[in-house]
Amino acid sequence: MRRPAATFLLHLVLLVGAAAALAPLVWMVSASLMPTGEANSFPPRFFPSRATLLHYRELFTRLNLGRAFASSFIVATATTLVSLLFNSMAGYAFAKLRFPGRDRLFGGLLAAMVIPAPIAMLPLFLLLRSLGLVNSYAGVVLPAAATILGVFLIRQFARGIPDDFIDAARLEGAGELQIYRKIVLPLLRPVLTTLGVVTFLATWNDFIWPLIVLTDERRYTLPVALASLVGEHVQDTELMMAGSVLTVMPVLLLFLGLQKQYIEGITLGGVKE
Amino acid sequence: MAADRAPIPSEVRAAAIFLAPGLLVIGLFFLLPIGASVLLSLTDFDIYALGDSGNVRLVGLRNFTRLVQDPLFWISMRNTFYFVFVGGPLTLGVALGAALLLTSRLARWKGLFRTIFFAPYVTTLVAVAIVFRYLYHPRFGGLNRVLDFLGISPIDWLGDPRWAMPAIILLAVWKNFGYAMILFIAGLQAIPESLYEAARLDGAGSLQVFRKITLPMLAPTLLFLGIMTTIGYFQFFAEPYVMTGGGGPLNATLSTGLLMYKQGFRWWNMGYAATIAVVLGLVIFAFSALQFRIERRRNA
Repeated sequence: MRRPAATFLLHLVLLVGAAAALAPLVWMVSASLMPTGEANSFPPRFFPSRATLLHYRELFTRLNLGRAFASSFIVATATTLVSLLFNSMAGYAFAKLRFPGRDRLFGGLLAAMVIPAPIAMLPLFLLLRSLGLVNSYAGVVLPAAATILGVFLIRQFARGIPDDFIDAARLEGAGELQIYRKIVLPLLRPVLTTLGVVTFLATWNDFIWPLIVLTDERRYTLPVALASLVGEHVQDTELMMAGSVLTVMPVLLLFLGLQKQYIEGITLGGVKE
Repeated sequence: MAADRAPIPSEVRAAAIFLAPGLLVIGLFFLLPIGASVLLSLTDFDIYALGDSGNVRLVGLRNFTRLVQDPLFWISMRNTFYFVFVGGPLTLGVALGAALLLTSRLARWKGLFRTIFFAPYVTTLVAVAIVFRYLYHPRFGGLNRVLDFLGISPIDWLGDPRWAMPAIILLAVWKNFGYAMILFIAGLQAIPESLYEAARLDGAGSLQVFRKITLPMLAPTLLFLGIMTTIGYFQFFAEPYVMTGGGGPLNATLSTGLLMYKQGFRWWNMGYAATIAVVLGLVIFAFSALQFRIERRRNA
């Protein structure tokens, strides 16, 4: 094929693909702004005849989705912060501290990574129930407060910290905790940012576990609230689309803002040796 | 090397303190429940046991024999395999196609296209499943509108048992191909240009170059993505939960993950649900191991 023709065809395919990738998201926003009932008209319309914020108002007033938004925010923030702390402590220990059985212990953890998580779900629920953590934010956060993949990624990164830095601090009489806080954590910053964005997004989007643990409507995270809302309001397309926008927008914006770190994070996870 | 030195007591103590929180969480909330799952699958744990654990009895393999005779389980397995082995290759195929286009020397605005293709991946599955539910509406939905434009008669996407799975697979491909695309792009960029030049000097056509150079060099990425996609897709749950009212029509979208959820958390048959979980876990494990072996044999 001649070059100009090939270039044209390539971009045509890319444009059609981009339209297909974006159309559902654009329609979601567009339908959320339509007057009641307009999304159920025939033939279907893509853009509203006039834009209204009515459905967003209803979400926050009558349906109290602001509370679900707060729940999602609390759960995602807490999970991100706690897991960064626990994963970085363990990852640093595996990378830099010398103790007997280190490599065997780490190897065992890595091997356990192949076990699919849903197997654990039923006993985990019973365990949390016996700890009185069902229907609490802690019940959602704690099981995700440390992950093997997170420990692994931090360890890989922490191995790049020169031993001299740590030994010199020890000679100067710094305690181990001080070394971790003053030397290690600042040096881990790039990998912590990356892992933090990935964790926040994953927790925000998570569905099955909050659905199981949070039984009280007042503690529902956004995906759980949305899934329960669609049961009663399936006819209210515009309202449901406003709820979807409210759920998707924060993570989409976060991704657009921290795209570099996020993509780095998922590629890091992808090139495990 | 530092590792040769004898351990210093203060360092060992520090390691214990640093490891404790993480290992406690992983051990208590991941490893322990996995072991407990196997035990649970050997009991008749149900709603009465939930009230008083004195009601639990060991029933040996009775749950497993019940599972083998449960038509719903087999239907769910068929649906799950359909999703994994049609949806998985489709997702990776679209992703590889997009990655090849975006690494082409002719392509412009690569960064922008990459961001657009990747955007669906970061969205919330429940939210976009609801969006697609409306897009699939036979009369008011956008998809049939587009098909109408192309001269295809309307399809009752989520109402017709034959079309419900394809509809869910289409959503999964739309949402997930961006992730695989990013890894494919990274893999393609790691292939040395000199290999291509040498092949072209030998007079290889572009299809030959793709088969003899690109694909083999991408094998590690393909293996990783194959395994990740298989593991993820075997657990699909939210799509039928949100889109087809829990596995309809006529159980055409009932996934094994959804069946486990219903048995365990809706009907509180937790012993039986644990059996489903263990079997699903073994199936996932088997297929991951299989892909590893195929790849190893190819390298040998």
